Amino acid sequence: MSKFIFSFIVYFAFWVAFTSTLRTDEVLAGAIVALLMSWLTGQHFSETGMKNLSPRKLWYAFLYLFVFLWEMLKANVDVARRVIMPKIPINPGIVEVPTKLQSNIAKLALANSITLTPGTLTVDIIDDKLYIHWIDVRTEEPEEAFRQISGVFEKYIKEIFE
Amino acid sequence: METVLNIIGYTLTSVGVVFLFFGALGILRMPDVYNRMQAGTKATTLGAFGTILGVGFINPEWFFKTAIIAAFILISNPISSHALARGSHKIGIKLWQKKDIDHYARAEATLQEQEGDGE
Amino acid sequence: MIYVFFGIIIVAIVLAMIRLILGPTTPDRVVALDTLTTISTALLVLLGLFFERFIYIDVALIYAVLGFVGVLTVARYFEGGL
Repeated sequence: MSKFIFSFIVYFAFWVAFTSTLRTDEVLAGAIVALLMSWLTGQHFSETGMKNLSPRKLWYAFLYLFVFLWEMLKANVDVARRVIMPKIPINPGIVEVPTKLQSNIAKLALANSITLTPGTLTVDIIDDKLYIHWIDVRTEEPEEAFRQISGVFEKYIKEIFE
Repeated sequence: METVLNIIGYTLTSVGVVFLFFGALGILRMPDVYNRMQAGTKATTLGAFGTILGVGFINPEWFFKTAIIAAFILISNPISSHALARGSHKIGIKLWQKKDIDHYARAEATLQEQEGDGE
Repeated sequence: MIYVFFGIIIVAIVLAMIRLILGPTTPDRVVALDTLTTISTALLVLLGLFFERFIYIDVALIYAVLGFVGVLTVARYFEGGL
């Protein structure tokens, strides 16, 4: 039941955002469609249901947005610097980084965050190890690489998705 | 109020367009596929994000829809570059490098060995 | 102001096009194509602002989704899963 309500809220929010009006007929049609869709697909839409909307998780998601946008801005300044001055020495390689996250969606969020932060790109995830292409390899030790690359994100993502 | 939104919107759009340009330049100037992917993904993601959200600020009736497109790009772009990186590693494109640092190739080799044992 | 944006985006598209033509390997070309898709999405949204047509935003959304699926398909093909 909680999965059903959660998927209904998400679908309905999407409908309202897409139509961008609050006219009665639009909202009513949206409610009917969202109800039908969550009856059909709600059980597979999420694994945890309404727990995803607890205030604590939403607060962490809100904080995480700012942390993430800041890291992304830094990453882009870094990329711009490298593009303008190709003489900056680079030392690319693929390193192994462990992660403690369990669920698939959390791993996806972590991999995406890593891809958008300075100088790193997730190549693959095998079980609980991330393989990351690093434009300027500073260390080959998994633990040290974990601290430098994904340490910041992991605690937020753990709060949000698990 | 409207001028404030316009200023925010045009600032965001300018930053976005500049980063789109850097992304394209990075695609042209970086030495190998993976580095190109890095420059391409990061810069164009922020570039498109800024441009699209900026348009949403300039024209507030469109805000929610532009926000959805921006969020979609933010989620989908890293995924496609990750899939591409994995694919090009699988077909054997080597890294441009001085030292030989490639933990992934090793892991893949052991994985294939294990699969071979299982059969 | 908006003409300056269009100018910069056109230069960016030309740069990505050069990489698309030069190659040298197939993944290089696909990366360039992926970049072009993202740039085009942003360009479509800007065009929507320029012509004041809401419909361009919808086109941009569908273009972003289709470009994503296209790149994923090519990546799958590289891995031999297609």
